[in-house]
Amino acid sequence: MMILALIGIPLVAALLAFVLKNDKLRRALLLSSAIVHFALVIASWLIQPTAILNNWLVVESLELLFLTLTSALFLMSSVYAIGYLGREAHKAELSQDKGFLFNNAPEANFTGCLLMFLSMMSLVVVSRHFGVLWVAVEATTLTTAPLIYFHRNSRSLEATWKYLLICSVGIAIALLGNFFLVVASSNLSGESTILTIDMLIKNAASLHVSWLNAAFILMLVGYGTKMGLAPLHTWLPDAHSESPALVSALLSGALLNCAFLPILRMHSLCMEAGQGEFSSSLLILLGLLSMGFAAIFILRQVDYKRMLAYSSVEHMGVVAFGIGIGGAASFGALLHAVNHSFTKALLFLVSGNILALYKSKSTNNVSGVLKVLPISGVLWLAGFLALSGMPPFGMFLSELKVVEGALNKGEYYTVALFLLLLIIVFIGMAQIVLKMSQGSPSKSTEESFDAEALKEPWTAVIPSALLFAVVLILGLYIPSGLSEMITKALAQVGM
Amino acid sequence: MYVFPVINIILGLLLAPLMIGVINRTKAIFGGRHGQPLLQPYYDIFKLFSKAAVYSTTTSWVFRAGPIVGIAVTIVALLIIPMGGSAGILSFSGDFILLAYLFGMMRFLTVLAALDTGSPFEGMGASREVTFSALAEPALLLGLAALAILSDNMSLAGIFNGLPLETFLAPGGMSIMLVLASFAIVFLVENCRIPFDDPTTHLELTMIHEVMVLDHSGPDLAFIEYSAALKMWVLGLILTGIVTPITGTANPLILTGISIAVLFGIAIAVGVVESVMARLKLPSVPLLLVSATVLSLLAIALSTFTNGMQI
Amino acid sequence: MNSIVDILIIVVILTNFRLLGSSQLKTCVRVVAVQALILSILPVLAGQGEITLHLTIVALISGAIKGFLMPWLLMRAMREAHITREMEPIVGYVFSLICGIAMIGLSFWLSQQLPLPGTVANSMLLPLAIFTMISGLFMIVARGKAITQVVGYLMMENGIYAFGLTFAYTEPLIVEMGMLLDIFVAVFVMGIAIFNINREFDSIDTELLTQLKD
Repeated sequence: MMILALIGIPLVAALLAFVLKNDKLRRALLLSSAIVHFALVIASWLIQPTAILNNWLVVESLELLFLTLTSALFLMSSVYAIGYLGREAHKAELSQDKGFLFNNAPEANFTGCLLMFLSMMSLVVVSRHFGVLWVAVEATTLTTAPLIYFHRNSRSLEATWKYLLICSVGIAIALLGNFFLVVASSNLSGESTILTIDMLIKNAASLHVSWLNAAFILMLVGYGTKMGLAPLHTWLPDAHSESPALVSALLSGALLNCAFLPILRMHSLCMEAGQGEFSSSLLILLGLLSMGFAAIFILRQVDYKRMLAYSSVEHMGVVAFGIGIGGAASFGALLHAVNHSFTKALLFLVSGNILALYKSKSTNNVSGVLKVLPISGVLWLAGFLALSGMPPFGMFLSELKVVEGALNKGEYYTVALFLLLLIIVFIGMAQIVLKMSQGSPSKSTEESFDAEALKEPWTAVIPSALLFAVVLILGLYIPSGLSEMITKALAQVGM
Repeated sequence: MYVFPVINIILGLLLAPLMIGVINRTKAIFGGRHGQPLLQPYYDIFKLFSKAAVYSTTTSWVFRAGPIVGIAVTIVALLIIPMGGSAGILSFSGDFILLAYLFGMMRFLTVLAALDTGSPFEGMGASREVTFSALAEPALLLGLAALAILSDNMSLAGIFNGLPLETFLAPGGMSIMLVLASFAIVFLVENCRIPFDDPTTHLELTMIHEVMVLDHSGPDLAFIEYSAALKMWVLGLILTGIVTPITGTANPLILTGISIAVLFGIAIAVGVVESVMARLKLPSVPLLLVSATVLSLLAIALSTFTNGMQI
Repeated sequence: MNSIVDILIIVVILTNFRLLGSSQLKTCVRVVAVQALILSILPVLAGQGEITLHLTIVALISGAIKGFLMPWLLMRAMREAHITREMEPIVGYVFSLICGIAMIGLSFWLSQQLPLPGTVANSMLLPLAIFTMISGLFMIVARGKAITQVVGYLMMENGIYAFGLTFAYTEPLIVEMGMLLDIFVAVFVMGIAIFNINREFDSIDTELLTQLKD
């Protein structure tokens, strides 16, 4: 029942949002659905919801962890959205980069698609059946495409087209992986539940090895496209930088995690079937490759939102690396997923404030953020420090755990490469962020400032501040509830 | 024992120009005219024999050799090709490769003769013709190879006898259809018909084969026209051999009769194609020829696959 | 029954080659529709298990959606964009055909590396599915116009579906319907995107979409 509500309420709200004419009412609907969803998730912490649909949709520790992340991020984004949509309403924007006017999409589409996105993400997290999982992941692609195209200009259109095509192709490859999995399990007595992860793990020993390996490769490539693993990440910088700030926050913070779940489940299946080394080595390879690509492209990056997008690629690489190593590193990997979600969402929301004021995504035009937008500036600088793994913030602890786990397993060379790439990324980001925060804005940009954006409305600042608080707390100490949940989640997938 | 092959050769020598006559008559009927008499090609060849040849001072012995080699080659091809169930006199294992390259040799010497005149039109026509043939050659050879795999025999006579009606319905039967489609295209290319080349055009810039023989006259031209007719007869016999499934040992006379009927059917079909289609644009021709090669390759893949051979 | 399956398999392979070598967009859309129709009845004829009602329903609905509905959407998008031909693809048409030959060789080789458990009705079904998929991927990469890229995506889905329906048919009905709905909505959204691209750039050449780069 609870699971049905988690998926159904945002869906119904989405349908309502499409037909509502009143803007204010629609924004209230958005916020209230987000609050209700979050409340349901918190309730699930206390009472475990019953599994429905023949154990196809189940909520246990792993699912609860990711649901909480998704829901919290969505709540913060909805608060931000209220102010954002109010500012953007029916206003023709002048983009300083291009110097031409563009319009925004109708707000009803935006809100409706946002709510459907929440519903589909919840479905991705709770589904145990690979077929339902596939349908939900493809649905998230389709619901987010209109969101990216909110600012109607040629750049966002290009980003939307790339996103749509590359992710659809990737997910089609994952569908083939699904079918390969069915063939791999054809030794078992045929039942319609054989594509659930539980049934597959139970019968892992009798799966066809070559088909299982082929299925893992296809799913890794397919869902890895959605997750942002290199070399399949090419859509990510474009999509995450061209979409509105809160959409970027949700894409980077919530969607990449949800795309990670199927890979995690397939990895645990491979380990159960004795192919653990094969899948681990692939995960480590793609993880390091992602970090490498991100490091190369962050150096000398001119667009600060693209920088954040590449940083998402890097951190997904860290997560994949950690899970691949296993042991203590997988604890660090899941903790890293949690920390990264909060930190990246915080940074994207703040970048939205900066963009609203300076009207330019290029670091050449942005300087003196600390002076002009005091609260956002502090959050921007502190968020950068959190993102690059500085103590006392959360990412430091999680990356430390990953390194600890890797050293325990004796992977000295990979750890050296890992740390080297982290340092390179830090250098690249530091250049950009410090340049942006310090100094003062140039005369011409100061003249184009919008008085409203200078005031830093509370809807634009409070969500980021709350997220920052969480990141700080997680850095100072890991609450026992969280670490228990992560350990239980790992045990659930047999690691 | 050699009676029927010799009868076949004599029939070929006598009836080849009639194919061209049938094509022309079909085109005329489509055009609403009465058209030339059916025996007009014969009258043309006899007329040319009674004239003297004129040779340009810029040409050498190559120019004179072209038509002679052409007629020699086509007569040898006529000796190889089987017809109506009987093998050719010169048939041996692997003779289909010889056939393909005999025509290659004829084309080579025609091209040399054309280049020998030093005229730019003929050089242009020669380069186009050579391009088309280079692209069509794999189609022909691969198609014949597919048939050889299917009938488990390496000589043309064995191939045609080894394709009874049952093979058409067997698992590999589709490959015969593919080879036929491919050979239809190759037939049109090798005989310089529409949609590759228009034999009735009088504008040198649009000619491909006609322009190469533009400067020949008298008996040389007669040889060229006759060898073109014989080439069409021989290539048509390849198509006929595939299409007429020979079941066991039937009466050779009936089989020869069927083959001739099919040949003139092919002539009528060519006439129809020439009447309803226009020439293809030059850049589109390689696409069609590569498609023919693809069809032949598919036929090979299909026949090896269904015969259980590993790729 | 066997020969019909054989003929259909050859026809599908020929459709793939036709798609690889065709520059006319209308032809591409029509041929991919025919391919979808044939590939939806092929598993019913050549199926591994018995012909269940579930299988026929899925085949019928997927044939209807992919054979009629989606081509209609694409034709509409084409009419809006006033485009009929793709004159400058990234990989030329003759070379595409030659690559097609290489791809079909690759798919035969791959199908030998993956031996199917259990008996197979026709040993050419697996290479056919793989070939359709790979040529779909090739089309997406080798063509510049947005509509041909969507046609490539449809080819990929055709191939994957052919594989699924023939060898992995134990998905329950509702999941199959969900998948079909997803693919349909994907093509619908892509059609809307193409309409917007045309409105923005006055052409559907994706080679114009190169502003975002590092």
